[in-house]
Amino acid sequence: MRLSPRHVFWLKVILHIVFLLPALYLIALVMTDNAGGDPVQYIIHYTGMGALNSLLVTLLISPIAKRAKLAALMQTRRLVGLYVFAYALLHIAAFISLDLLFAWGLLFEEVIKRPYILVGAAAFIIVTLLAVTSPHGIKRGLGKRWQSLHNWIYVVALFAPIHFYWSVKSEIIEPSIYMVLFVLLLYNRKAAIKKWLLLTR
Amino acid sequence: MARKNRFTQGILQRAPWHLADNQVTPESVFNDRRNIIKALGLGALGASLPGQVQAGLFDLFGEQTAKKPFTTQSLQYATPRQFTLSDAKTPEDKVTRHNNFYEFGTSKSDPFDNAQGFNVDPWTLVIDGLVDKPITLDLQALTKRFALEERTYRLRCVEAWSMVIPWVGFSLATLLKEAGVKQNATHVAFETLFDPEQMPGQKNRLMGGGIHYPYVEGLTIAEAMNELPFLAVGLYGKTLPPQNGAPIRLVVPWKYGFKSIKSVVRIRVLDKQPPTSWNQLAPNEYGFYANVNPEVDHPRWSQASERSIGEGGLFSAKRVPTQMFNGYGEFVADLYKNIDLRTFY
Repeated sequence: MRLSPRHVFWLKVILHIVFLLPALYLIALVMTDNAGGDPVQYIIHYTGMGALNSLLVTLLISPIAKRAKLAALMQTRRLVGLYVFAYALLHIAAFISLDLLFAWGLLFEEVIKRPYILVGAAAFIIVTLLAVTSPHGIKRGLGKRWQSLHNWIYVVALFAPIHFYWSVKSEIIEPSIYMVLFVLLLYNRKAAIKKWLLLTR
Repeated sequence: MARKNRFTQGILQRAPWHLADNQVTPESVFNDRRNIIKALGLGALGASLPGQVQAGLFDLFGEQTAKKPFTTQSLQYATPRQFTLSDAKTPEDKVTRHNNFYEFGTSKSDPFDNAQGFNVDPWTLVIDGLVDKPITLDLQALTKRFALEERTYRLRCVEAWSMVIPWVGFSLATLLKEAGVKQNATHVAFETLFDPEQMPGQKNRLMGGGIHYPYVEGLTIAEAMNELPFLAVGLYGKTLPPQNGAPIRLVVPWKYGFKSIKSVVRIRVLDKQPPTSWNQLAPNEYGFYANVNPEVDHPRWSQASERSIGEGGLFSAKRVPTQMFNGYGEFVADLYKNIDLRTFY
């Protein structure tokens, strides 16, 4: 089966809905006072999971495209990647505005003091760079360096689940599952990663 | 946005508790569903769907079938001035909907969602070990054996948030004095109910956060005989809802919240330090003492400040500096005169 541009269009529409609905649902929960007695932690955790799940989806696209021989699927990856950025941005905005309440001094103190935040912050900086360089014009301008830059998503795929694992008090089963999933997805790309590491050295 | 008066307050306090099952009726899940659907703008869509499909739609949103909320009763009590914080209280619906009680799940909303069917009748609390006369209290006795009083304490969670909560109960020391603590006693151990049928977190490791159940906590004898540790049987004038530790829980206001063990079935007086749940799980992160201390950080985060959960919506929270011993230094600092609080955190 080949995907026509029409198929890709509708697939993109579906993906937008899939990634927008959880955000709308969160807004609804908060507006109706259903995000727990103190919605702050709920919102931070929810948007973090949103970023993590979107990241999982972006990394799934190319293995699926390869295996199913659906090259056109790759056209949906930028969209999903931008949702990773969007959820990560919400996650961090919620942390800074709702938890730290814009205590910037505390933010720098916290980032330095809490290694799990440092790892998360590093992942966010990378994702931001990838989002900024995602428009087609910039991609063309960067030439070969674009792919090399965007391979940094592999680092994000390690840092994000570490950040999750490190942040919990004791409920490590769920973050462990994510860790395994991401390691599997990276293992699947070991040839590409090796090449990338050799090139960037 | 914050719903006040969801639980009727004030009036009920005066009612003799044996007369009235009180009218506390947390909003039904059905109302919440409607609101969610409305907020999503899916009302019209929902209306056009047959009932079966609607149920499926709700399941998709992670809603559970409506359960009868746990019934609480109003209590009669005195309100001594000395134990009442002047800080603004955390609204009741936040106190009862933002809980750490891993026996019912690890997320903050799980205890409220999963504990409404919790059965506390019959209940037995045993006080034994190195005491002159062991005591057994049944559910009735928990609220009748000792004169009840209200104390408004700040509860500081190790996760760096805090609430101000009006508890109703009696002091731990009162109970221990009645039992008569033996000379050689050094510690007191507390144990939560172990009932995997009622507590899904005890049954399922994924839900229970990896804690080894039953949950256990402990204090030194000197700490336990201090006037602050409180056995709460109620909050906001009514018996405790399950998510807050029904029917009886400990409240130790100068220590991190995890010391304030919930749904206690046994209090043992010992001559050695008992194992305690969080300390066993991660000894480098959670000490036996667990005194609130802004100068000793959690290895993974700062304890210098806390988010104070008060009235109002999302943006109304305050971040305040954490106080030594959570502000209860005048009552308890003496207990630790000769102890290095960095080593014994």
